[in-house]
Amino acid sequence: MSSWPLLSLLVWLPIVGALPVLLAGARRPRAARWIALLVSLATFAVSLLMLHGFNADSGAMQFTESRVWIAALNAHYALGVDGISVALILLTTFTTILVIVGAWEVIQDKVHQYMAAMLVLEALMLGVFCALDALLFYVFFEAMLIPMFIIIGVWGGPRRVYATIKFFIYTFLGSIFMLIGLIYLYLKAGTFDIATLQALRLTLPEQTWLFFAFLLAFAVKVPMVPVHTWLPDAHVEAPTGGSVVLAAVMLKIGGYGFIRFSLPITPDASAHYAWLVIALSLVAVVYIGYVALVQEDMKKLVAYSSIAHMGFVTLGLFIVFALLRSSPDGVMASLGVQGAMVQMISHGFVSGAMFTCIGVMYDRLHTRQIKDYGGLVNVMPWFAVFMVFFGMANAGLPGTSGFVGEFMVILSSFAADPWIALVAAFTLIIGAAYTLWLVKRVVWGEVTRPQVAAMKDINAREAFVLGAFALAVLALGVWPEPLVHLMNASVTGLVQKLALSKV
Amino acid sequence: MPNLNDILTLLPEAYLTGAICVLLLLDAFISERQRAAVHWLTLLVLGITALLVISGQMQGTASAFGGMYLRDPLAEILKLAAIAVTAIVFLLARPYIEDRRIAFGEFHTLTLFALLGVMLLVSAGSLIMIYLGLELLTLSSYALVALNRDSPLSSEAAIKYFVLGALSSGLLLYGMSMIYGATGTLDLNVIRMMVPMTPHHGLLVFGLVFLIVGIAFKFGAAPFHMWLPDVYEGSPTAVTVFIGSAPKLAAVGMALRLLDMGLPELLRDWQPMLAVLAVLSLAIGSLLAIVQTSLKRMLAYSTIAHMGYLFLGLAAGTAFGNAVAVFYAIAYALMATAAFGIILALSRAGFEADQIDDLKGLNQRSPWFAGLMAITMFSLAGVPPLFGFFAKLLVLQAAISAGMLWLALVGAVFAIIGLYYYLRVVKVMYFDKPAADSVLAASRNLPLRWVLSLNALALLVLGVLWGPLFDWCLRAFTAA
Repeated sequence: MSSWPLLSLLVWLPIVGALPVLLAGARRPRAARWIALLVSLATFAVSLLMLHGFNADSGAMQFTESRVWIAALNAHYALGVDGISVALILLTTFTTILVIVGAWEVIQDKVHQYMAAMLVLEALMLGVFCALDALLFYVFFEAMLIPMFIIIGVWGGPRRVYATIKFFIYTFLGSIFMLIGLIYLYLKAGTFDIATLQALRLTLPEQTWLFFAFLLAFAVKVPMVPVHTWLPDAHVEAPTGGSVVLAAVMLKIGGYGFIRFSLPITPDASAHYAWLVIALSLVAVVYIGYVALVQEDMKKLVAYSSIAHMGFVTLGLFIVFALLRSSPDGVMASLGVQGAMVQMISHGFVSGAMFTCIGVMYDRLHTRQIKDYGGLVNVMPWFAVFMVFFGMANAGLPGTSGFVGEFMVILSSFAADPWIALVAAFTLIIGAAYTLWLVKRVVWGEVTRPQVAAMKDINAREAFVLGAFALAVLALGVWPEPLVHLMNASVTGLVQKLALSKV
Repeated sequence: MPNLNDILTLLPEAYLTGAICVLLLLDAFISERQRAAVHWLTLLVLGITALLVISGQMQGTASAFGGMYLRDPLAEILKLAAIAVTAIVFLLARPYIEDRRIAFGEFHTLTLFALLGVMLLVSAGSLIMIYLGLELLTLSSYALVALNRDSPLSSEAAIKYFVLGALSSGLLLYGMSMIYGATGTLDLNVIRMMVPMTPHHGLLVFGLVFLIVGIAFKFGAAPFHMWLPDVYEGSPTAVTVFIGSAPKLAAVGMALRLLDMGLPELLRDWQPMLAVLAVLSLAIGSLLAIVQTSLKRMLAYSTIAHMGYLFLGLAAGTAFGNAVAVFYAIAYALMATAAFGIILALSRAGFEADQIDDLKGLNQRSPWFAGLMAITMFSLAGVPPLFGFFAKLLVLQAAISAGMLWLALVGAVFAIIGLYYYLRVVKVMYFDKPAADSVLAASRNLPLRWVLSLNALALLVLGVLWGPLFDWCLRAFTAA
């Protein structure tokens, strides 16, 4: 088992699989769809195999592979996973299947290119979660932009060119400064190995500028206020599948970056500037929540709600430092990181589902404006069930996954400072307000427009996609224990590292 | 008196000179229908020259004619890269030259003469040889630019190139005379030893300034870049491919011979000069490329920006930095041949495909070539996992390790700005529909298609497996 390069298989299978998809050509869209589906299913199977062999009681990296990549730079092709990355890998492989099924009839133009781009994107995202070498991480982190750029630009809406170029340049802007930081770290440590970089001693001034270099890269990706403005544009213009991947997985890479780089490499600077990140997170939770309230475009509304929800992730990650100061045993601090992770996974399912719902409506009426809908429950009862359910999850109703993560984060911030918890808890009101109001205007009420009356209910394919999302949301909401257990050892290890000063 | 050993050391150049003369005669007496023979013979000559370079280097480092000519690993790398690039140029350019009835034999022989200049330049061990190689290269280039003599644009470009090139040669020569005056020798190795001893330090630095100006002219680094966009745009694209690639290898060789071999003691003087040139080139190249509508002009300004990155490596003044500069020049040459190669593949008589808008909707007409161009553009922009990213990574690292973090940050900022105009090309190809009257179609010429595909795919493959190539560059500076 251990001799099998399982992670390499995981990363390269979708890339290799993308070739026959591309070769299927424009004239055989059916073949392209089926091959893509098979490849994504196989990748999911490999990730399940990995989960099966994963020992959750250990916080160490597992399934590690390492071979010299570039001897002159001492860079390695090094892969490995801990509990945190396993969870995110499963989210990625699961979501990709649903995105490919979701695009089955929706994408009619250049099907082979779309499917191939999705598979390549999946591979690169998996690479990000597996990489143990900072250079390798950076390569995957940046290369990911290329397929997403193409997906938004080719299959997107009317303002797609503006949105996709903004997306690319914004993200590139953040990460190039991270690259400078990584080179600096390499010159100090003589290696790109992430574990060695995490153990490297750094003075506070060094840590400070490195922290801000990393912050810029990951804050753009998450995205945090005030570098979030690319996200609503990208979401609105992206095709449904692009939006789903963007919200469900790509944003998580920002949070993952904080966990792998910012927190352990620059713990003292992170502690020093935790107030800044916490403040920005609260702004995201409250202010962006209000911004979501006034949106008239459904996709924009969900995009802003994503930013607000991701505010919980950064809050949970950085509240750790306030907690470590008051109680060094780190139990509450672990809860904050756990909460952030659960929130990431949950948001992956919920936002993916919300964007799928909007896609279902858009395919029928070709508009995303809230005012064009109303009374869908009368014509699409099954769809209404799903829409209301995901709306509840988005609002953080207990019993759904949306509740678990937010509750854990609020609980741990209460231990740090009740005032922070109070502000964060506003989301329960604001989140409910914008989501339920959206549901009210779109689903409930009388059918007022003839076009809406002609809408057909979801077909089996759409029901499968939404049903799979719903199952995941419900399972995670009712019984989050397996997920928490999966990540527990890794999170504890991380918090122990953070408690030690590196100066 | 030169003995047999000297001639043997010089064998690759000697062979090439003889072969060019034979080709020239052959071309004059061959009938129109057998022209293809000249083309294939030229490629054969390139292959043999490459073999001679490799087998010569196997016998170890040597010098000939009293240190005028050097055979060392640096020269080997640059020569082989230049030969490879020239071979790519011939294969890419042939349909273009034939379609437009540009002098076929002259194109081949002049390009070979320019290559000979490159080879002599990178092997130069004395100031005289540097000047000689440079003049052979540039004089051939002037004629190449003007090869399409019915085109007023070409003639204008050639005159501009000639006037400014002559000026820069004059400045370089003037600087060399100062160095000679201060050290009393033309031999670069002797100059290096004389520098700490000479009392005329001011004179040396004065001469150094002119050397740097001459070097910057050849690179096309700002503010000595004025000739570059006009020459790139005005030349027949077949010639632009060559001018945009191989001479950059020569320029890096020249800079390393003069600065690293001859004047390393003056590092503290030339490092800031190169840093200023780098910043200016990055700024002017990146900002002016944004507003271009002509693809060739856009690529010309992008060249200026890339030379700025190359200077980041040179400015470090370390073995690592030098290796990085050579690596960057090779990477850039490969990207330039791919980018201009796409223009060649899409153009035909009456349609030059040299405007950015000419590529509209290329993905619908020819997804394969659109994909190759996208790879090239992302590589030029420095997006991983492509070759161009690692070249950029290495120059940034060289700058940081030499203590010039600010320079690396400037480089990073302009990488973001540069991203925009490369993305615009991808946008035009993928997101726009072809115009109704668009005659866009890819060339059916098989060698061109294959070479271009291999060239662009090499950017992807080398992006993953660039380690050995960089090790090779690094050995040239650490082995001795």
